[in-house]
Amino acid sequence: MNIEAIGAALGLEVKCGRESLGKNVTGGYTGDLLSDVMGNAKEGYIWITRQVHQNIVAVASLKELAGIILINACEPARETLEKAEAEKIPILVSDLPAFELSGRIYNLLTSGS
Amino acid sequence: MGETKANLYSESFQIEGGNFNSAGIVSTSIKSILKKLGIPGDIVRKAAIVSYEAEINVVSYAKKAVVNLTVKPGAVLIDVIDEGQGIPNIDLAMQEGYSTADHRIREMGFGAGMGLCNIKNYSDDFHIASEVGKGTHLKMTIQTPST
Ligand SMILES: Nc1ncnc2c1ncn2[C@@H]1O[C@H](COP(=O)(O)OP(=O)(O)O)[C@@H](O)[C@H]1O
Ligand SMILES: [Mg+2]
Repeated sequence: MNIEAIGAALGLEVKCGRESLGKNVTGGYTGDLLSDVMGNAKEGYIWITRQVHQNIVAVASLKELAGIILINACEPARETLEKAEAEKIPILVSDLPAFELSGRIYNLLTSGS
Repeated sequence: MGETKANLYSESFQIEGGNFNSAGIVSTSIKSILKKLGIPGDIVRKAAIVSYEAEINVVSYAKKAVVNLTVKPGAVLIDVIDEGQGIPNIDLAMQEGYSTADHRIREMGFGAGMGLCNIKNYSDDFHIASEVGKGTHLKMTIQTPST
């Protein structure tokens, strides 16, 4: 399943990185501690977080994550969007809190499409 | 400037302490250099993780640093030599969850106390030496399949 399909299924708002929405999502990781994500997320994962500052883009890019979804309708900082656009990292926003969003994405990814 | 001899590449980078806006630039450069050199993806990703954590520690706790990247047959070496406060107790600093990061650093999601553990776990060989009031030296080696 790609990010575009996840975004459409859950009504997420796409903030940037549209050209990379076709990237295949191999799994997900939820967390707000950057070293936790650095150590434990895997290539192709979608990252669910409430962090909005530009350092999330470097983490996503270095780890080759499929994209970032911000929870609780968090607004990404302007520099975050500029960096993400340059690095071709999709950032989407959900109204849901981390627990619910993670659960729904987990169900989508494991329902065998 | 990069320098390539047969089977060998080396380049140096500078990191400025305290500047969180440019944090990650050096690790991003290292990653793209290794990719261009045709280093396998899993090794590039390990190098990216260890150099990022070292870079964030310099930005968080030191004044400045020099990073030396060396690619030789069989290994990628990353040396990070900083000038700064140093680490009084390395055993303590290596413990997962131990952090002296202040509120501002934690607010950005750093300061989980996992950085040095990530470096240790993702490098094949890791040395750390530090002198209080002078600085810290990290030596990280990631093995590459020798052909
Ligand atoms: N380059 C450095 N200079 C001075 N102190 C450092 C340096 N790197 C790490 N430390 C100390 O070691 C602690 C643990 O580092 P680390 O495992 O990266 O976790 P974190 O950065 O999240 O605190 C830091 O909180 C800091 O006190
Ligand atoms: Mg750290």
